[in-house]
Amino acid sequence: MRKLNFFVGLVLAAGLAGAATAQDTVKAGFIYVGPIGDGGWTYEHDQGRLAVEEAFGDKVETIYQESVPEGADAERALTQMALSGADIIFTTSFGYMDPTINVAAKFPNVVFEHATGYKRAANVSTYSARFYEGRAIQGLIAGHMTKTNKIGYIASFPIPEVIRGINAAYIHAKKVNPDVEFSIIWAYTWFDPAKEADAATALIEQGADVILQHTDSTAPQAAAEKAGGVITFGQASDMGEYAPLPRVSSIIDNWAPYYIDRVQAVMDGTWESKDTWDGIAPGMVKIGEITDAVPAEVKADALALRDAIAAGDYHPFTGPLNKQDGSAWLAEGETADDGTLAGMNFYVEGLTAQIPN
Amino acid sequence: MIRLERRPTPSRLWAAATPILAVVLTMIAGGILFAILGKDPLEAIRTIFWDPLFNEQFASYSRPQLLVKAGPLILIAIGLSLGFRAGVWNIGAEGQYIIGAICGAAVGLAFYPMEARWMIFPLMVIAGGLGGLLWAMIPAILRTRFNTNEILVSLLLVYVAEQLLASMALGALRNPEGGGFPGSRNLQQYPSAANVELISGTGMHWGVAAAFIAVIVAYVLLTRHTLGFQARLLGQSPRAARFAGVSPNRLVLICMAISGGLAGLAGLFEVTGPAGQISIDFNSGYGFTAIIVAFLGRLHPIGILLAGLLMALTYIGGELAQFMLGLPSAAIQLFQGMLLFFLLAVDVLSNFRIRIGRREVA
Repeated sequence: MRKLNFFVGLVLAAGLAGAATAQDTVKAGFIYVGPIGDGGWTYEHDQGRLAVEEAFGDKVETIYQESVPEGADAERALTQMALSGADIIFTTSFGYMDPTINVAAKFPNVVFEHATGYKRAANVSTYSARFYEGRAIQGLIAGHMTKTNKIGYIASFPIPEVIRGINAAYIHAKKVNPDVEFSIIWAYTWFDPAKEADAATALIEQGADVILQHTDSTAPQAAAEKAGGVITFGQASDMGEYAPLPRVSSIIDNWAPYYIDRVQAVMDGTWESKDTWDGIAPGMVKIGEITDAVPAEVKADALALRDAIAAGDYHPFTGPLNKQDGSAWLAEGETADDGTLAGMNFYVEGLTAQIPN
Repeated sequence: MIRLERRPTPSRLWAAATPILAVVLTMIAGGILFAILGKDPLEAIRTIFWDPLFNEQFASYSRPQLLVKAGPLILIAIGLSLGFRAGVWNIGAEGQYIIGAICGAAVGLAFYPMEARWMIFPLMVIAGGLGGLLWAMIPAILRTRFNTNEILVSLLLVYVAEQLLASMALGALRNPEGGGFPGSRNLQQYPSAANVELISGTGMHWGVAAAFIAVIVAYVLLTRHTLGFQARLLGQSPRAARFAGVSPNRLVLICMAISGGLAGLAGLFEVTGPAGQISIDFNSGYGFTAIIVAFLGRLHPIGILLAGLLMALTYIGGELAQFMLGLPSAAIQLFQGMLLFFLLAVDVLSNFRIRIGRREVA
């Protein structure tokens, strides 16, 4: 009998919390892949969560779970969060894609927002930032700054987002320094300070004097600082505590406006499934302060590139560009379409490494 | 003055009571920790130990999840416990778990998209168990032939297995329709290979059933079969064991084979069930946590069953506490670590007697 009551209650509660109706208060949940103190990716998502709290005050309640593994555990974490009465849940890593879709199918009255994925449903939106725009600026600075002409790149997983970043950085480094070479180490993790530090040290020992990273901790910054004579860039977050050297600039993910916007939509009953991919222009990607360790003319070049991208005058993937195997990709003046970028699984011509296969 | 006096034989009473005492001490120390973090300690303890079982909102979902989480832990720990009793230290169950999953999944994927569940799923189960068993044979044979240390070899092979896992997820087993993303096809969506719930909504899948069977078989083996006796004898007194006609090498091979095979099975049931696919970070530490479970359960099958369920409870309750109370995940890990710490610490009570007062002059 008690069980029956419970189910009746569940059905009633579900009926009352219809997705398309306006509501006074919203419970927003966040699933994080790393700890909120990682100083990078997860830290910035959590800043977005705090901005939501600040913007809505008493009208919103936020909950989060950190360091959720991207596998079977994610599905449980999501289900429990949905059961706890969350109205909107942000899943902030690529590996949560299938769990998000699976759980969303079981909770039609809860809406989900999956970061960096490509699968959507009636109650699942996707969102990501055009990090490659920032990578282009990093590549330009890196190409100018390297003395050994060797740039080390700590990559996480061989997925399109990461490959896109490598290509964008390489194209713009090569443009200002034709002799530049990229060494890429795959860490197969988003957050593992020990592995990241090992990778940075190995790259530095191989002669790299610029380290780019697509992993979330500040360990590579610390390794570069210890080695000396090496420059780095903040990843996902400003990592300003390592400025002015080794950190000379950064890509900052700014999720707050998007999160506030989506929570507002739930509140108003206007939430709809969509795909968002914003870059420097709308402010989802920001370029952290370029320090005085960078010569003034290089800094001016970098800022000019940023402004050209923001104004829409320049696309980081503009032809002529060939694929690594020499086959033609983009003709003179042609720019890459979003579909190709979203599924990018090839290197551009000039990169000598192979994508792990 | 307080001093310790060694008991002539370990106290049976304390051996049974210390796990419970350890749990109580963990609750107290954990409560203090949560209080320091500014959370209500009673609420936190209630969320971890009570809510997954009895909370109206969650329990109908969390209870089955308890079995899903405990299943692989129990299955692996049962295998390890036999070896641990015999002084055979297989620390690399995590690696055997990975290899079992890879082998089983590879067999299933080789048949895709053929539909013949009566044949494909059993073949996958055999391949999974065999994969884990063979991976465990590497440290076993190295020990019996060259007297290498199986602790080191089995542990280091975990890292080899992880690399192999990454290369499988990126290469041979990658889903050709996955748009270039790493990871195999989802086996749960392939009816002939899916490890489905046996009774819907209970969390009871083949892996959980296998864990229960393993508990029963291990119990019989330990109490009624000479193998269990030989394992205990070898662990307690290798010299006496030799006089009793026990071949240490044979026993090393058997213990490693059983623990590796069960770990491989656990991996297979996980990849075909809750995880669904071979991915780069498919393994989530069950092989290492199972070592804690084995000791928490005093290497006894019934103890391991209870310890596995308790460990699963702290995982699931810990997740609830994280987002309901905003506890950091590190605090939950610390809480779980305390459990093992206190268990080992209070172990002293079963081997020693506490005397208060002056030492008597003998």
